[in-house]
Amino acid sequence: MGTLPGVDDAVALGLTPAEYELVCDELGRPPNQVELAMFSLMWSEHCSYKHSRKLLRTLPTEGPRVVMGPGENAGAVSVGDGLVCAFKVESHNHPSAVEPFQGAATGVGGILRDIFALGARPIAVLDSLRFGEPTSERSRYLLDRAVAGIGHYGNSIGVPTIGGEVYFEGPYETNCLVNAMALGLVREDAVIRSAASGVGNAVVLFGASTGRDGIGGASVLASAEFGEDDAAKRPSVQVGDPFEEKKLLECSLELLERGLLVALQDLGAAGLTSSASEMASKGEVGIDLDVGLVPLREADMEPFEIMVSESQERMLCVCEPARVDEVLAVCAKWEVHGTAIGTVTDTGHMRILRHGELVGEVPVAALVDDCPLYDLEPERPAAGLYPPPPAVLDAGASLRDALLALIGSPNVASRLPLFQQYDWLVQSRTVRRPAEADAAVLQLPGGTGLAVSIDGNGRRVAADPYTGTVATALECAANLACVGAEPLGTTNNLNFGNPEKGHIAWQLTEAVRGLGDACRALGAPIVGGNVSLYNEGLEGPIYPTPVVGMVGELPDVTRAGRLGFAAEGDAVALVGWDASPSLAASELAKLRGEALPDGLDPIDVEHVIGVQAAVRDAVRSGAISSAHDIAEGGFLVAVAECCLAGGLGARLELVTSSAPWEQLFGERPGGFVVSGPRAALEALGERVPVDVFGTVGGSALEVGLGDERVEVGLDALRGAHGALAPLFP
Amino acid sequence: MRFGVVQFPGTCDERDALLACGQVGDAELLWHGDADLKGVDAVVIPGGFSYGDYLRVGAIARFSPVMSAVSAFAREGGPVLGICNGFQVLCEAGLLPGALLPNLERRFICRQLDIEVVDAGTPWTRALSAGQLLSIPAKHTTGRWYAPPALLDDVRVVFRYAHDGNPNGSTNDVAGVANAAGNVVGLMPHPEHAIDALRGSVDGLGLFASPAGALAGA
Repeated sequence: MGTLPGVDDAVALGLTPAEYELVCDELGRPPNQVELAMFSLMWSEHCSYKHSRKLLRTLPTEGPRVVMGPGENAGAVSVGDGLVCAFKVESHNHPSAVEPFQGAATGVGGILRDIFALGARPIAVLDSLRFGEPTSERSRYLLDRAVAGIGHYGNSIGVPTIGGEVYFEGPYETNCLVNAMALGLVREDAVIRSAASGVGNAVVLFGASTGRDGIGGASVLASAEFGEDDAAKRPSVQVGDPFEEKKLLECSLELLERGLLVALQDLGAAGLTSSASEMASKGEVGIDLDVGLVPLREADMEPFEIMVSESQERMLCVCEPARVDEVLAVCAKWEVHGTAIGTVTDTGHMRILRHGELVGEVPVAALVDDCPLYDLEPERPAAGLYPPPPAVLDAGASLRDALLALIGSPNVASRLPLFQQYDWLVQSRTVRRPAEADAAVLQLPGGTGLAVSIDGNGRRVAADPYTGTVATALECAANLACVGAEPLGTTNNLNFGNPEKGHIAWQLTEAVRGLGDACRALGAPIVGGNVSLYNEGLEGPIYPTPVVGMVGELPDVTRAGRLGFAAEGDAVALVGWDASPSLAASELAKLRGEALPDGLDPIDVEHVIGVQAAVRDAVRSGAISSAHDIAEGGFLVAVAECCLAGGLGARLELVTSSAPWEQLFGERPGGFVVSGPRAALEALGERVPVDVFGTVGGSALEVGLGDERVEVGLDALRGAHGALAPLFP
Repeated sequence: MRFGVVQFPGTCDERDALLACGQVGDAELLWHGDADLKGVDAVVIPGGFSYGDYLRVGAIARFSPVMSAVSAFAREGGPVLGICNGFQVLCEAGLLPGALLPNLERRFICRQLDIEVVDAGTPWTRALSAGQLLSIPAKHTTGRWYAPPALLDDVRVVFRYAHDGNPNGSTNDVAGVANAAGNVVGLMPHPEHAIDALRGSVDGLGLFASPAGALAGA
């Protein structure tokens, strides 16, 4: 093996000197190169969650519909008829910031493998994206290539991209966010877990061959801040092959359908090291792997390189020795490499061999369980962390100009230029397409529906990490309510800066507290998720961005709600608000170039949940024509969105207010724009605050506010709403 | 009426095609590696990315064992429908005229659009009428049908994009064509994704009903 690596090598791989000493204690000797490489990955932030694990333990994870909680490849909830929905969101932020096309593509590939590793057929992808302002050439490049990468992978593998979100804010300029969520369906009795078991069973690697791509992705890329030499990190980004993954997916599902497997696990960050040791840890066994048997792209790869490679499109399974030939035959049918590379043992150790010669031996528990966990040292910052955004709207702008500016703001404008680059209909389940409703809706075999939404609002979380995160979870549930769905479970991706800094630790701590409180109140337990830390560039941290994905259920998919106004003459109502909305941290405040406030108005969570229940019931009853959650841009922007989605105008007569700007453009959770027969809206008013103030019709949005009148034609609205189209020439 | 739906590695829309065929008859998968059509009455080659399509769309699939059987079936007059990637494969196999080039916009496009039935005389359009508009989604990166001008007069155009809605820049707004005999039809839009009003449209059903009706009447 030559000379042993020392503490300097450990630090170069991302471990601290103290962690290196701990590794030496665990082994009773200094680690060799293979062992040190394995520890550096398994003890990285990305794999060990060493700065967030203690916080994550505070989150609610149990509920009547939960089939699988955190800890497996994905979470899963029961959706009736013996079916479960597996789902999870994951980030690929750092790779995407370095190489957006492959970074985003392999982000989709990775989350899909997490889903079919449970035996579930992936049925949908959503994505949550954050970039700097589109006025920046770099942001436009990242957006264009990330969207192309997501489409390239999802479209090619036959899984529809049915929803998502994108926001543009200065603090994401260097460090963009690319989070991908996937859902899968599987019969409850066919769910497979990743725990290796059965001493003497074979460990089979199948899928793509192993190369030098992605070496150090977890430790070098995902667990450190960005600096000036990031182009040099490009070789750490993996390259995806959706065709290989499509074969791998079909092969995995056929292996499971034939009952050939004991356990299944995908290879993601930290490659073979992570997959094999996680399988061994969950099964409380040991595993011997012979890296000499691994099919390689380059013949001269060292054992440590084989163990840490993040080559994409690979899976690891455990099967009985007598089944190996059948497993390999299924692999051959789908034209994927399949190779028995190891054995389940009773040693409790990961033993790495090369052609039978031992090249590394580590106790599984030391790798998986013994990474030191760190307490955060949160410290509320004394001053604001983020500079105010540049003002793009005059202080003296009219209400009409403000409405058009908001409808055309990159954060509000139509997402169709992105969505039409994605296949949203393959697999024949999509009942509500992107831009048709606040949540995507898929039909299930029994006539029920599955609704899903993914949401985040970094600016509001930056203004108030606790309240902003509560609002994020509530908005996700509100989007489900608008199609008539009730949340069953939640997944989340916590995108934050460097947690070793007090102010980031404070953001993270407050956000997790808010997420836990909101999901407990909603009865939407968190069944899985991911943490992405160290999202900082030279100019500072990103906005703290917890991204929340929720899956919900509709009893009758034929009654799935829509956001667009549907019928001339329908009444229009504002539903839900118990207090006036505020312009603090709103989209309008951003356009005006205002600095973030220190704190948001508190939220009456129980009230908001009650409003959501009332709207959900109204949608389910079929009594109303449309429902839309009021979010960025406030009430009038929401009405304009209903007009655009339905191709119908509206005439509103509002009661004069002393604060018309707040009334029209303020933001606050718990508000909805609902249309339908007047009697249905009045019936809704018996449960929650309802203010009927207008009628659907015509080809313009007309608003009367005391003496003031605002009139904007649908064509003008549509023109402004199309602001993102020029970004995709 | 029994439909066979061809599955290559990389095919994505085979379950959707099975579902559509299943509305008017029986349907089963035909594996790319078997030169055996299992006695089906009609063949559908669905969308997706056969063998990854990394070389040129459809260029490898045409050499598969199943395609030799499909070619023989087509020469004998058997009804064959190629959708999207299936259209590309049929063009590569020489069973349909022309070729599919990358979209003018060079991007994947997914859009619900209207196509006009130009030729209602093929086994796949008999249940439709000429001039009828169908609301059907299209989704592809390589959908710009092209044929040299000298050949255009001889091409049997079956569908055209309507209302200036050509999404890919195809010659003469062509969305689908047939061979001279009419039994082999290919189109870029996806009729199998327009078979249920709940999911947007039922206008695609007519294509699958056509051969089923023809056979029932024979």
